[in-house]
Amino acid sequence: MSEQQPRIVILGAGHAGGSAAAFLRQYGWKGGITLVGEEPVAPYQRPPLSKAWLKGEATAESLALRPARFYAQQAIELRLGTRVAAVDRAAKRVLLPDGSALGYDRLILALGARPRELPLPGAQLRGVLALRNIADADAVQAALRPGARLAVIGGGYIGLEAAASARALGAEAVVIEREERVLARVAGRALSAFLEDAHRARGVTVLTGAAVASIEGEGGAARAVRLADGTRIACDAVLVGIGAVPNTELAQAAGLDCAGGVVVDLAARTSDPDIYAIGDCTHRPLPLYGRSGRLESVPNAIEQAKQAAADLCGRPPPLPEVPWFWSDQFDLRLQMAGLAFTAQESVVRGSTDGPGFAVFHLDAEHRVLAVEAVNAPADFMAGRILAAKQARIPPAVLGDAARPLKDLTA
Amino acid sequence: MPQVTYIEHDGTEHRIALEEGLSVMRGAVDNGVPGIDADCGGECACATCHVYVDEAWLAKTGAPGEQEASMLSFAATAQPNSRLSCQITMTPALDGLVVRLPEAQH
Repeated sequence: MSEQQPRIVILGAGHAGGSAAAFLRQYGWKGGITLVGEEPVAPYQRPPLSKAWLKGEATAESLALRPARFYAQQAIELRLGTRVAAVDRAAKRVLLPDGSALGYDRLILALGARPRELPLPGAQLRGVLALRNIADADAVQAALRPGARLAVIGGGYIGLEAAASARALGAEAVVIEREERVLARVAGRALSAFLEDAHRARGVTVLTGAAVASIEGEGGAARAVRLADGTRIACDAVLVGIGAVPNTELAQAAGLDCAGGVVVDLAARTSDPDIYAIGDCTHRPLPLYGRSGRLESVPNAIEQAKQAAADLCGRPPPLPEVPWFWSDQFDLRLQMAGLAFTAQESVVRGSTDGPGFAVFHLDAEHRVLAVEAVNAPADFMAGRILAAKQARIPPAVLGDAARPLKDLTA
Repeated sequence: MPQVTYIEHDGTEHRIALEEGLSVMRGAVDNGVPGIDADCGGECACATCHVYVDEAWLAKTGAPGEQEASMLSFAATAQPNSRLSCQITMTPALDGLVVRLPEAQH
């Protein structure tokens, strides 16, 4: 035992960084913990930003990951509003812009991701917004007055959730998607088609296969989105939701292995044995699927926070998890589990016209890879278990809504 | 403030004063009680805040809602007194509530 307790510095005070600090204490870490974040606020939940927060149904307190007193009680030092200039691995210290340095024994990079910028004319106009943090969400909310017209570039989860919230606030919303369907990168065809219909039925204009050429302004403010085919969509504000870019610059500059994300193992260890990385900024193994990739989700941030904390505290690693995601749009609760990389077959359980349904994605041997459930929590839970087991289930059985899935998961 | 006692799977007890209107999940998370993950932050979307309500309190906490019951029915460690703690809101009538935590949330 050294005389001085070792110190863990966590760079990034988002869901991943905040969770890591909490898990380290829960798992018995006795040394120092310093949580460094660029935003001026303690860790908070981002998922409600495009939903409850936009609609004015959340408060700063309900958004907070932990109450303010938690950090003092748990001896977690917060250094908020603090940008990090560099990581000096040789000296094991983090360099701050004011020239000072923060020494570490172990470092956790929880650097997150940032909204991808629209590489088109007009992207810098006033009223062209992104949605990642509280300040962004407040700007979007200010634009969502009743009757205001919001143009959403990108039919991903952020865009669709924001469009749903806009409608709830009495604003008009147009979703402009470049691909032939919304959620093209992250959902199956059946779910995409269902959501397009659902949004249209609730007053959202959904344009697919629509390439944006530019954003047109007046007096420096966005006034319309111009499509490549010449169509002009008048609007009062533009929300750009075209994906996120992992914040890997600090890690790259420090010479850590990166591959479109900081490369980590299942204990969240980077190529430097004293440095871990977690959350949106990582490129991680996906053992159930025999590959690696980057996941942008709260459950993944929490899972990797557990992996890092367990390794640092000498605990066994958590079992490989089934990645999962959720989204709320209008009265629709979406719950997705698993990844459908090698799916050959999709089975719809229930009816897309009914109160709820689920789409199961199977590989060529009928192993359950993933499930997408809409207002069907039981099917989501069953799918998550079946994906974890990589269970082989005949499609006809999954598709028979009269047959309970409970027997198959036992 | 009403109090809740959380009993970990290994028997460790945590007695927490909890503001009215907050969920039993939030009381655990905010005070570092291990064993409640609450991945989704209280949206009834993940079933990682599973608790067993002490039999004496079952009448006062009431039964799970439809969505909650669906999620719970697939929890490996579910029992008749299982609840998702994000769906139990603290009221003065629940002062003294006792909940036990399962061995794991998955």
